[in-house]
Amino acid sequence: MTSVLEIDGLTVSFSTPDGDVSAVSDISLSVDAGECLGLVGESGSGKSQTFMAALGLLADNGTATGEIRLDGIDLLSASEKKLNTLRGERIAMIFQDPMTSLTPHMKIGRQLSEVLIEHQNVDTKTGWARALDMLNRVHIPAAERRLDMYPHELSGGLRQRVMIAMALMCEPEVIVADEPTTALDVTVQAQILDLLTEVKDNLDAAIVLITHDLGVVAGLADRVAVMYAGRIVEQGTVGDIFASPAHPYTQGLLACTPRLDVETEELITILGQPPNLQNLPSGCSFHPRCTYVVEQCKSERPALEVMNNGHIKACFRPHVEA
Amino acid sequence: MWAYFTRRLIIAIPTLWVVITVAFFLMRLAPGGPFDQEAPLPPEIMANLKAAYGLDQPLWWQYLNYLGNLLQGDFGPSFKYKDFSVTELIAQGFPVSIQNGAAALFIAVLFGIPLGATAALRQNTVTDHAAMTVAMTGIVIPNFVVGPLLALIFGIYLRDTMFALPVAGWNNGALPNRILPVICLALPFIAYIARITRAGLIETLRTNYVRTARAKGLPFRTVVLRHAFKSAMIPVVTYLGPATVFLLTGSMVIETIFGLPGIGRYFVQGALNRDYTLVMGVTILAASMVIFINLLVDMAYAWLDPKVRYE
Repeated sequence: MTSVLEIDGLTVSFSTPDGDVSAVSDISLSVDAGECLGLVGESGSGKSQTFMAALGLLADNGTATGEIRLDGIDLLSASEKKLNTLRGERIAMIFQDPMTSLTPHMKIGRQLSEVLIEHQNVDTKTGWARALDMLNRVHIPAAERRLDMYPHELSGGLRQRVMIAMALMCEPEVIVADEPTTALDVTVQAQILDLLTEVKDNLDAAIVLITHDLGVVAGLADRVAVMYAGRIVEQGTVGDIFASPAHPYTQGLLACTPRLDVETEELITILGQPPNLQNLPSGCSFHPRCTYVVEQCKSERPALEVMNNGHIKACFRPHVEA
Repeated sequence: MWAYFTRRLIIAIPTLWVVITVAFFLMRLAPGGPFDQEAPLPPEIMANLKAAYGLDQPLWWQYLNYLGNLLQGDFGPSFKYKDFSVTELIAQGFPVSIQNGAAALFIAVLFGIPLGATAALRQNTVTDHAAMTVAMTGIVIPNFVVGPLLALIFGIYLRDTMFALPVAGWNNGALPNRILPVICLALPFIAYIARITRAGLIETLRTNYVRTARAKGLPFRTVVLRHAFKSAMIPVVTYLGPATVFLLTGSMVIETIFGLPGIGRYFVQGALNRDYTLVMGVTILAASMVIFINLLVDMAYAWLDPKVRYE
């Protein structure tokens, strides 16, 4: 398997009136074609900003250093013009909030077809025909009628389907889904996850699934990377991560996920607050919240260490296979 | 849509009636009358004058009489400009005001929107700050300062050059006579429109759907023009409603400075002279325009935002 998307030593920082803040610090990741990578972490852990940087969508005060290669092409050094030939065509993004992510004054058909018209030089008629085709593929009922509708005439679930259809228009090599189910009702969430599973099975695209919900990852991802305070703290196959989590943060996250098969009186939480990025704890950023903290954690940051089968962790504590 | 349009026009009739009634009685509450002068007229002459204009009748009778005449399209005679009916005065002055106002409005939109858009796209750069400083200056310097200044520059300093422009008079609408008043009228509106456009576009450029459009790989130009511009124009259209009425009904200041025979001065002079019928005439004109232009603005909303639908 070859990696279509490789992130190498990526750091994303934002200049604020109170000084520079690093949202992402020196992370490296790769995704293979046909593979689904789950990127898990709390709000502010840098998971979204990593891929905002990849698509050149960082806010004006943000800068990214390192390398993000799409099939060998460095996205960070690419010009806006070059980037525009890749975005939508070879790498596409599905955003978190379908309610506000579609242009309110444009018909669905136009918003879908313009991707093709821009990248593949098709005429309007072909563009709309392909848009209809795509709406059918994401199982939007009465698709023909929807083409002529405006976003506010569709429900949240349908709008997210439209967003997915939009990302698929050019059959990109990489699809980044940024919290695709967070803004939706629980029943609709399940439907969208089914759709994403279908997309994954039918296309040879690499899918990056950004989420804070381990349940979503379990059903869809092949590999999981866990981020904390801008760094990757653990990465491995979905089986390894769920069966034998090595980092105390991952263990905490798993313990927090409510389960039907285990009877508990109360919801377990990770004690403490996510760290302030402007003032990160010394050593391992997680040490103030960690149950296994030792002196070394407070002064020294653990490096990523490879265990077996590509399972890596950033923790001094020796891992005992479960 | 057309049913809605017609219904709004019908609803305008009672609105206008309320405006007319309130204006009529408010005007009469003001002390003095149209024939009061510094040297009082002999009582007999005053009585005759009042009788001639029907002012000796009870107020309710005058009101009903006025309404009756209005229904026949008769705005009555002017009390001050004694040889003219109000209709004649408006017919003479309104074309002048409306032509200057429309030209100023056109220029304000033509320059204001690109200026504001440029500032928004280069937010917090020198271009942005320069554009907004100029706009702020345009807003804070009143046109009774700008007018004479322009007159001084183009009428005196540049008198012997090709840039010399007439500083007063209408001259039957000759182009050179229109330039200075129209510029003077348009300047603060260019400034306002630029500021509102900038604010609207900056806000729209931060929306999620603009981010989506950029993620599609559309060129930035297309993103701005196709995805951002329409929403950014909503506040501008809101502002353009009252601005249009103000511009088209003439500005007393500008028309006085540049000696233009528009209707702007009638608003003030009519009120000062207690020229009851003239005040009523221009009030009805302005109110009708407010109603009509608000209707146009509401139609524009429906075009800019498909969520707005009129049944």
